[in-house]
Amino acid sequence: MGAHGPAKGLMRWVTTTNHKDIGTMYLWFSFAMFILGGAFAMIIRAELFQPGLQIVEPEFFNQMTTMHGLVMVFGAIMPSFVGLANWMIPMMIGAPDMALPRMNNLSFWILPPTFALLASTLFMEGGAPNFGWTFYAPLSTTYAPDTVTFFIFGVHLMGASSIMGSINIIATVVNMRAPGMTYMKMPMFVWTWLITAFLLVAVMPVLAGAVTMMLMDVHFGTSFFSAAGGGDPVLFQHIFWFFGHPEVYIIILPAFGVVSQIIPTFSRKPLFGYDSMVYATASIAFLSFIVWAHHMYTVGMPIAGELFFMYATMLIAVPTGVKVFNWITTMWKGAMTFETPMLFCIGFVFLFTVGGFTGVMLSLAPADFQYHDSYFVVAHFHYVMVAGAVFSMSAAVYYWLPKWCGKMYDETMGKAHFWISFIGFNLTFFPQHFLGLAGMPRRIPDYALQFTDFNTMSSIGAFIYGASQILFLFNVIRTIVAGKPTSEEKTWDGAEGLEWTVPTPAPYHTFTTPPDVK
Amino acid sequence: MAGHSNTDYETYYVPEQSKLAIWASLTLFTTLFGAASVLNDQTFGEPGQETNSWFIFLVGLVLFLATLFVWFRQTIIENRAGMNSSQLKHSYVIGMQWFIFSEVMFFAAFFGALWYVRNLAGPWLAGEGEAGRMNDLLWPGFEYTWPMMETPQDAIGGVGNQITANNGVMTGPERNLSFPGWSNVGHWLPLYNTIILITSSVTAHIAHLALLKGNRKGQNLWLGITVALGLAFVYLQYLEYHEAYVEYGLFLNSGIYGTTFFMLTGFHGFHVCMGAIMLLVQWLRSTRSSHFTPEDHFGFEASSWYWHFVDVVWVGLFLFVYIL
Ligand SMILES: [Cu+2]
Repeated sequence: MGAHGPAKGLMRWVTTTNHKDIGTMYLWFSFAMFILGGAFAMIIRAELFQPGLQIVEPEFFNQMTTMHGLVMVFGAIMPSFVGLANWMIPMMIGAPDMALPRMNNLSFWILPPTFALLASTLFMEGGAPNFGWTFYAPLSTTYAPDTVTFFIFGVHLMGASSIMGSINIIATVVNMRAPGMTYMKMPMFVWTWLITAFLLVAVMPVLAGAVTMMLMDVHFGTSFFSAAGGGDPVLFQHIFWFFGHPEVYIIILPAFGVVSQIIPTFSRKPLFGYDSMVYATASIAFLSFIVWAHHMYTVGMPIAGELFFMYATMLIAVPTGVKVFNWITTMWKGAMTFETPMLFCIGFVFLFTVGGFTGVMLSLAPADFQYHDSYFVVAHFHYVMVAGAVFSMSAAVYYWLPKWCGKMYDETMGKAHFWISFIGFNLTFFPQHFLGLAGMPRRIPDYALQFTDFNTMSSIGAFIYGASQILFLFNVIRTIVAGKPTSEEKTWDGAEGLEWTVPTPAPYHTFTTPPDVK
Repeated sequence: MAGHSNTDYETYYVPEQSKLAIWASLTLFTTLFGAASVLNDQTFGEPGQETNSWFIFLVGLVLFLATLFVWFRQTIIENRAGMNSSQLKHSYVIGMQWFIFSEVMFFAAFFGALWYVRNLAGPWLAGEGEAGRMNDLLWPGFEYTWPMMETPQDAIGGVGNQITANNGVMTGPERNLSFPGWSNVGHWLPLYNTIILITSSVTAHIAHLALLKGNRKGQNLWLGITVALGLAFVYLQYLEYHEAYVEYGLFLNSGIYGTTFFMLTGFHGFHVCMGAIMLLVQWLRSTRSSHFTPEDHFGFEASSWYWHFVDVVWVGLFLFVYIL
């Protein structure tokens, strides 16, 4: 092999094949998207601060809810975990790099132009996509703005990126483990990503199929989603949610993996019930394929369908419960300390469980007729997406940042970030449960007067939560620029795993010859 | 540090730098941006306006294909230079297998849509069960049959009588391409296409067996026959489409029958073309450059897996689109 260190300048990043470089690019890109999607959220909450229309037009408000969802799901959360997978999986299984390094670079470099295009639709004639991140037909076909075509090809590109990224992860985990690293010795993060990658390869093509059908309906007069020609708009919902439900596990399973790495470290005990964690993850993945229509109870399905999807959905609470109990049991009687990553993980366990319980409430078909399309649903999935995925991502950054850059972050600032996030988050989303139960629909720019107080609280909470992310950014940059250097291989004394056996900061190439795993 | 010598471990080849990815990314993006602009001009644009959408699309496409050519070429050169450890070769195998799985799921979406409209949406539109209660109001007189020759819009006398959103005219076909009965089966192109594709899967397998025995001549011959059969399939499919458009009054927008028929057979035909090109490349490599050995022939193997996959999809199509 040629040079051992990275090349210099911009071309290092453009031409790199190194899993750490690519992981870093994914992480920074996803943070940029997090800020962009967050800005959209701030506009939404500013408009909802009080009743009446004050800041934006309803048409623009719809574009904001749509773009917020799309950017956060496809631009922020998913790429952030792919970045983490790139950085950590090769180091955790003792591999020299990802299995297909050039394709790895391609998976990343598809994303920036795609999201630049998606964001630029805001300035195009007719405005950005305005049909919600679920882009139901006929809103996204008959009534769509002209920019829907760019949206469709954007989804194709993101899908291609995700599929290539996932195939790479599967090939890496299946083929690149160091001798002795059997499947049942793999760190939980690797397991959860292996299963996530399988889900991605299975459902991203289905999403590609859905947008392709939209494209044909919009431009070629086909009638997939048009009853007049013998199709059905509800068909769109079935195909979308066949992708969409596994998608929420694509987002949350890597988060489970992160939490399963961090809680044992700061409890100074091995993960309780490792095997059951693996089986629970696999069960959740399997169940995710047979529950999609729980998003469609009110659409007019036959009663047998309602019952099947209701019971199947409730079943998911079982493996999820196994996981929550395992995390708590791992902490039980452990010599616990509460550094920032651990705080975020404990926050995760509490708040994700709240989101899980509201999920069980929503799974009940008769009750869902009340909650459907209300702020209760908004509260539910933000407990899972923000307090679940984003909290665990913050935990991961604090946990591995010293290993990545050889500098220690500021613990006080980290803890402040956690507590401000925790308070801001709950202030934003807890009142939304009440708003939804009281009947406030989602995706509206104006609301009835009785919803004012909770909305004002929610908006204040959102501004606090948003501000706390600036603190996060500041802390990370400060660490990289001026953090206290550390060269301990093991940053945390309770940490286990191969990534803690390599020098700190992790050298550009690790494990060019595989380690021996006992 | 690289260059450790570990006798029982081959170094996994990780190219240090590569411009391939950024080229592929930017050219693919340009292609799709151009394609979207072409479609938007056509559907939403002013008639007769001048745009450079086609130019953007074609430039992107040519450069993207060129990038792919260079990329695959480089991969082959690396392998022939002995840079690929057996572990890396296995990574390629896994990559191809999961890529084919993703293609299976893409087709599953379209087969699923076909199943849904035939078994659920169609009967509901015709008033069956709870979900069909609105039939009297929305589509009075619509009867469900498959192939759907009369759309709900036809049944109520055209788009003017429609009380739901106007998505344009959606008229059923004049004739369909389903099984025409035993007396006419001799003129039924899909039957010939089925025979051709299944034969081509067999010939691809024979070529593989010849390759495993080191029989270069047999390999070239049978692989060549496979490619020829693939091209014959594409030609017959073209004839069928021509017949549909010119004689049968069956168009892409002929209601849900035309929609599902052309989308399923169209995507399949596109994949046949891709598969045939892949096999043709392997044939050229084998005949002109004597690539492939009985132990090392991943390019051939991957292409033939792809070919078998395309064949299996056709069997599904033949059953669910043409016969049942
Ligand atoms: Cu769901």
